[in-house]
Amino acid sequence: MTQLNLDQGQIDRARESARRIAHRVFDDMSQYTTTTVERATLRLMGVDGVDDNQIPLPNRLVAHLQEQKLLQHGAAAIVAGAMDEYGLSAQQVAEAVAAGKLVLGRPKNDKAARQSAEAIAAKMCEHIATQRTVRAQQIEKVGEARTPWLYLIVATGNIYEDIVQARAAAEQGADIVAVIRSTGQSLLDYVPYGATTEGFGGTYATQENFRLMRAALDEVGAKIGRYIRLTNYCSGLCMPEIAAMGAMERLDMMLNDSMYGIIFRDINMKRTFIDQFFSRMVNAYAGIIINTGEDNYLTTADAFDAAHTVLASQLINEQFAWISGLKPDQMGLGHAFEINPDLENGFLWEVAHAQLVRQVFPEACLKYMPPTKHMTGNIFKGHVQDALFNVVSTLTGQNIHLLGMMTEAIHTPFIQDRFLAIQNAKYVFGTMRDLHEEVEFRAGGRIESRAQQVLAETVGILGEIEKIGLPAAIGRGTFADISRTMDGGKGLDGVIAKSPDYYNPFPDLMLAGAN
Amino acid sequence: MTQQITENWVKPYGDTMNDGRVQLSFTLPVALDENAKEAARQLALEMGLDEPAVVHAEDMGQGFSFYVLYGQCKHRVDLSRIKVAKPEFETLDKDAINALIAEKMGRKMVVLGACIETDAHTVGIDAIMNMKGYNGHKGLESYHEVRAINMGAQVDSEDLVARAIEEQADVILVSQVVTQKNIHLDNLTRLSDLLEAEGIRDRVILVVGGPRISHELAKELGYDAGFGTKSYAEDVASFAIHEWTKRHAA
Repeated sequence: MTQLNLDQGQIDRARESARRIAHRVFDDMSQYTTTTVERATLRLMGVDGVDDNQIPLPNRLVAHLQEQKLLQHGAAAIVAGAMDEYGLSAQQVAEAVAAGKLVLGRPKNDKAARQSAEAIAAKMCEHIATQRTVRAQQIEKVGEARTPWLYLIVATGNIYEDIVQARAAAEQGADIVAVIRSTGQSLLDYVPYGATTEGFGGTYATQENFRLMRAALDEVGAKIGRYIRLTNYCSGLCMPEIAAMGAMERLDMMLNDSMYGIIFRDINMKRTFIDQFFSRMVNAYAGIIINTGEDNYLTTADAFDAAHTVLASQLINEQFAWISGLKPDQMGLGHAFEINPDLENGFLWEVAHAQLVRQVFPEACLKYMPPTKHMTGNIFKGHVQDALFNVVSTLTGQNIHLLGMMTEAIHTPFIQDRFLAIQNAKYVFGTMRDLHEEVEFRAGGRIESRAQQVLAETVGILGEIEKIGLPAAIGRGTFADISRTMDGGKGLDGVIAKSPDYYNPFPDLMLAGAN
Repeated sequence: MTQQITENWVKPYGDTMNDGRVQLSFTLPVALDENAKEAARQLALEMGLDEPAVVHAEDMGQGFSFYVLYGQCKHRVDLSRIKVAKPEFETLDKDAINALIAEKMGRKMVVLGACIETDAHTVGIDAIMNMKGYNGHKGLESYHEVRAINMGAQVDSEDLVARAIEEQADVILVSQVVTQKNIHLDNLTRLSDLLEAEGIRDRVILVVGGPRISHELAKELGYDAGFGTKSYAEDVASFAIHEWTKRHAA
């Protein structure tokens, strides 16, 4: 399809604003670590498991370091020092601390402890790099679908039931399976352990659940001749730990937004900015595609009026992603088909928004979300709404296509809801495969003018955000009409100022080694 | 003496009065074959459909199959005997509600809203509470005689109750969207138990809303009212001032 005529100067100005906005936040936040960053570091050093009260050992160990007033130095060197001193593994150190048999202190030889920590970290990086290679080999061997990839959610609460549904979905045509998390997990300040069979509105993200689903999808992928990507939710109070677990178990995608938790889960701003940096760094190194959450803005704010806030947020998310080492093809920038169906020419505006995003981020792995807000109990109309969404997706060359469910407003999907959603998308994608090459946008027409208007508004809003800074802009309710403050929200107590000798081996290893 | 009620029987309509035509679709956890198709047809018979026809059957893989059926519903119901519980009040517009609050209460009505416990879906509570409202219906924040406090998502019942006491809430508005495995029933019961335990249940007007909530369900759970889809701020506010006035009439 011919491109919309957009002012490249405006795009550059918007991107430059976003770059300065993100870097200012990053610079301000570099002086802090968080409890979950340190727990993720310990997980990557091999600490896992729970105590008798089901409290994860990484939590026990970090709590111990806090009690001993040591966490500001970074957990890695202290634990590595204890490993050297007592001849233990990281796991054994954690078990001894949890059993009350060991009290940690500063390493006797700090330099040696750092070297040990770095060696352990390097070994984990090797494992993660191997997982990347395995992914590449599998894709090479069994092949992969062409885009838009069909992204489908399973959410039974029981990982074994999820597996049944995921396998069926893959066989029916899904390219990506996301296991939605149990409602409320984002606010847990720990990651549950082991295979789980109870959840509400979803299934707990645990390392064992990741492993089980990965194995099932590998198996079904080999059978049907298509690599099936696995997605989970790297958000909430344990972002870095989920990233670590996903990297170890070869997940392929993670929901991982720089601001979603602040806005929609009322998680503290500092906590989120610090955690998103570390988690994205891990995702970048593991070759994981992140998905950002701008679509959510449009469930609270109006999709037509707030279109520019989506683009502004995507540009900011892109800059945070660069800082963490993510490459454009790992940036699943999110947007959505959420304009009120009663709005005349609403479909034109959806095309304008989707094509605008496509052109501003030509190399990104865009994630396009289906209608949710204006879905009703009328499943027949819902199926049509989803079909129109499918049209825009294929016409504007989106990459990750979350399947719309006609029962969106009613329940978590039944197996036939997914089946019909896949049929709908495949029909539209097939019958319109090359339509985009056959049609042109009328120069100066409605769609082009609308895209230009949204772009101009984006430049404006980013200029304002740059003036006052991102935290103040969020405070003013710039995104999703929701206002948050720097010291409000959950998880601030887990933000710790680093001491000058703070040490963590992973940033050097991972930022240098991202693809 | 028994009262004479005019019977008013009703059954589904396809293209002829009382033909009873209905459609349904479902999945069977077996691979598609002729036996499975016959099983689908017999299931429809068991459901009370005469002359059921499987108009579409398709294998879904992994041992599942999908069916679309039509049939003629055997049953009918008497409309004249149906009485559905609904909150009895007249829905007023924003100005009238404001005027009524000013007249009856002589102060602002305090409305506290939240999605409780694990529920993270704020679409419903935001639609009722926030300035912008939904579908052109402004939310309670825009009512100058209402002090609307939206606590947002995943609010512990304890926190909600504590805030209600602190703010001397007249109305507590709870939204529950997630209903998988009936978690909303547990959440709602827990809140109402807590209010009882704190001794403030009678002091507040307790309202629940959500796509799967009916007034009948709300009453069963000990709530004063329940609002389902297509309810707006003015519906909730009209009920609240109506209920407040009723309680303070004595």
